[in-house]
Amino acid sequence: MKPVCRLFAVLPVLLLLLSGARADDSLGDLIDALATGKLKDRAGQIEAIAETGDPQAVPALSALRDGALYFRKSDKKVFMTEKAGTGFVLFDPISGTEVETLAKGAVKKIKVNNKLRRQLTAVIGSMTLESPDADTRLAAARTIFKNGDVSALEALDAALESEQDAEVRAAMELARASALLKSDAQTFEKVKAVELVGTKGGRDAVPLLKELASSTDESVAQAAERQIAEIEKAQALWNSAQTVWYGISLGSVLLLAAIGLAVTFGVMGVINMAHGEMVMLGAYTTFVVQEVIRGSFPGLFDYSLLMALPLAFLVAGACGFAMERGIIRFLYGRPLETLLATWGVSLILQQAIRTIFGPTNQEVGNPSWMSGAYELGGLTLTANRLWIVVFALIVFAALFLVLKRTGFGLQMRAVTQNRQMASSMGIRTPWVDALTFALGSGIAGIAGVALSQIANVSPNLGQSYIIDSFMVVVFGGVGNLWGTLVGAMTLGVANKFLEPYAGAVLAKILILVFIILFIQKRPRGLFALKGRAVEA
Amino acid sequence: MNALKNRIRSFGLATIVAGMTASSAAWAEDTIKVGILHSLSGTMAISETTLKDVMLMLIEEQNKKGGLLGKQLEAVVVDPASDWPLFAEKARELLEVHEVSAVFGNWTSVSRKSVLPVFDELNGILFYPVQYEGEESQRNVFYTGAAPNQQAIPAVDYLLENEEVERWVLAGTDYVYPRTTNKILEAYLKAKGVSDEDIMINYTPFGHSDWQTIVADIKAFGSEGKKTAVVSTINGDANVPFYKELGNQGISATDIPVVAFSVGEEELAGLDTEPLVGHLAAWNYFQSVDTPENEEFIETWKAFIGDENRVTNDPMEAHYIGFNMWVKAVEKAGTTDVDTVIDEIIGVSVPNLSGGYSAMMPNHHITKPVLIGEIQEDGQFDIVDQTDGLVAGDAWSDFLPDSAKLISDWRKPLDCGNFNTETQTCGGKGS
Repeated sequence: MKPVCRLFAVLPVLLLLLSGARADDSLGDLIDALATGKLKDRAGQIEAIAETGDPQAVPALSALRDGALYFRKSDKKVFMTEKAGTGFVLFDPISGTEVETLAKGAVKKIKVNNKLRRQLTAVIGSMTLESPDADTRLAAARTIFKNGDVSALEALDAALESEQDAEVRAAMELARASALLKSDAQTFEKVKAVELVGTKGGRDAVPLLKELASSTDESVAQAAERQIAEIEKAQALWNSAQTVWYGISLGSVLLLAAIGLAVTFGVMGVINMAHGEMVMLGAYTTFVVQEVIRGSFPGLFDYSLLMALPLAFLVAGACGFAMERGIIRFLYGRPLETLLATWGVSLILQQAIRTIFGPTNQEVGNPSWMSGAYELGGLTLTANRLWIVVFALIVFAALFLVLKRTGFGLQMRAVTQNRQMASSMGIRTPWVDALTFALGSGIAGIAGVALSQIANVSPNLGQSYIIDSFMVVVFGGVGNLWGTLVGAMTLGVANKFLEPYAGAVLAKILILVFIILFIQKRPRGLFALKGRAVEA
Repeated sequence: MNALKNRIRSFGLATIVAGMTASSAAWAEDTIKVGILHSLSGTMAISETTLKDVMLMLIEEQNKKGGLLGKQLEAVVVDPASDWPLFAEKARELLEVHEVSAVFGNWTSVSRKSVLPVFDELNGILFYPVQYEGEESQRNVFYTGAAPNQQAIPAVDYLLENEEVERWVLAGTDYVYPRTTNKILEAYLKAKGVSDEDIMINYTPFGHSDWQTIVADIKAFGSEGKKTAVVSTINGDANVPFYKELGNQGISATDIPVVAFSVGEEELAGLDTEPLVGHLAAWNYFQSVDTPENEEFIETWKAFIGDENRVTNDPMEAHYIGFNMWVKAVEKAGTTDVDTVIDEIIGVSVPNLSGGYSAMMPNHHITKPVLIGEIQEDGQFDIVDQTDGLVAGDAWSDFLPDSAKLISDWRKPLDCGNFNTETQTCGGKGS
């Protein structure tokens, strides 16, 4: 049971103690009636329970909404339940005391559909307005506000009289105004309510006001339209900010997918068609790590991604190392053969994964810190996208440091810029080649960990990113990390600004056409490498 | 890890079974061959591999019952690798080299279109198990999946009646099935009095993974004070990121329900379903159907595949129905001769898994119940609505002006898949 439910479960007991033993037979009967009849009879049954106005019914109603209300098949008695292994623990729907544990087959769930869920949320809202818990009252008021429930007016008035908490009070007044809009109150009252809803309600107020805009009452309709215009004006600016954010978020995904390729293709010049499969290996490593954690250490689930990161780097890196030593080193200077050979490797890797894990998608869970969204003014930042943007930038910075600040990075740049000279200075160029390729692949593996959070983890994962990756690297300028960053972000933002006008399909085509034209003009991309390296 | 091991084991099993059937071809002369034309590699392997497995299971079960016409059935499995032209080549191989008596296969409409000329030329039989856009009726093809009137229209009716939806988002992947289905739905909604501005149509490329803008658009479209729903014909892999984005942007089913035509138990298996509870799907079968036939089917499936966690879905049931219809027609005809079976199978009725009987109609489509299910936390569907009787598949939609006057009847004397009732001629439109 969720903590809120538990609170509800305690509440009636307290009330019982206060009011002495009260006859709750009738409520019990009403709840038990839920076990009978068809889905379409349920609305009436819920209403009958709501009419009692008895707060003791709230835990049962919440359980019904959340799909946790079952009935015992033997005697059609209704219970709240909690899953325990393969069976269910049954709780009395009114007192909340534990009754017994039954096997799955002995109980049956009481079904609800969306319409009933909405009804239940509204009913629970108006029944919990006077709950002793401020958060519950706040949630109740917000529900009423969103639905504009006329029947809650009386309850709201009563609750407002005794409400002390300023935040809850404000929410209740807003809820009252939204309920008023749908009632048959006087015009001046409605106009006042429209203004309150418009100024305080934010985006949620728009649907309520839109309904009023077609009202027969002239002054109410005008007031509503005025408020809508105000809200939309404020919203317009936020909307373009939101589009930029979507663009950055798409750009960071492109960056993640491309950054490994910026090393293998950009720095080394290997046309690596198996790059996408390195990303896929990283994603599957995440899946395996999560499976192990789920099976053995469920408490560590929130850290699963952190644990997967080094492993994914090692798995994909080792695979890249083997590829370089086994195939690619024989093909340096023969781009067409390299392309075909790596394409072959990508097919082999895909089918191998399909053979081991099966062709279906694997479920990679989101840790709790990657679910949900943050509201920032008028912006909605979803947590997983936010983290991926941060993560992409961290990976970029780390790679940049490795290339510019470490001995290995120096050797790598030396080898790629002038192989003969580097070799004669005593650098073991074949090893540097292998390690560079392993580094690029390992980074692709790390990207896979992040992409597993937003994409399907299936054997085809890599294919969907390979084209985009090449696009970014070529556009940004081969051999230049900054180019990859700017290229990815530019393409992401451009794509998102085009999408609303051109649709997703056309936007993608337009971007491709743009890149083709751009490459005609600047064949070396945004940031071309200058100097002797270019001729090499 | 257990699930993983099981998967490895089940794969091993499948290979052995496939290997056995392949090797048995060498010595078993007197068998009836059944072709299985499903992609085992490439993008569509995710959906089609399961159908290959279910066919192997059905054939094994039939052989346990003594085979067909006193002979054992033998599966011939080929892999068209999600490559549409390869489908035609592999179909030719099945019919010419292996001389199979019937083929069960295909998933995407484009792959079906690519094999049609082959089945026509070589006179084979194809059972096609997936819901599709309709507008087709071929002499050599039997459509055991749903036509639009067996899935899309009842789903929209459910939303109209139960959710009182007034604004509609028709979102789909950009190819023939969503485009045709949405055309039909648009015409249907307009006939029901929905105005142009209350319909938003959106197409995305295959495998679209960045849904932020579109979900935000849907959210904005839905905040106009009228109840809004999304009718999704989004295909395959693109569904998972779409639902994830819905969940992340806080759109719950009680605000804007999504009814999907391509999301079944199998697709949900790769997904954390908690934020999706209440979103809908329309199918002719759900694993949660409570009948003894279904219970037996699920048990046999789990035992065959060796994995307790594997699910069953609608196209699997379509193969179950199609295979049993073919078996019954062959028994009735006493031969596997293609022309005789094509004539005999019309009117054959076999039990489906939802407790009724499905019959093959003269237009080569079948009768099925339509079920509406809501997604549950365990990745299964709660059936919230069901058509009163069976719905007969309609090859030519009544809501498209060009198709409304066409009928299909493969019985003699009409013997035509697209008879124009106005001009009284056969061949009113396309094939």
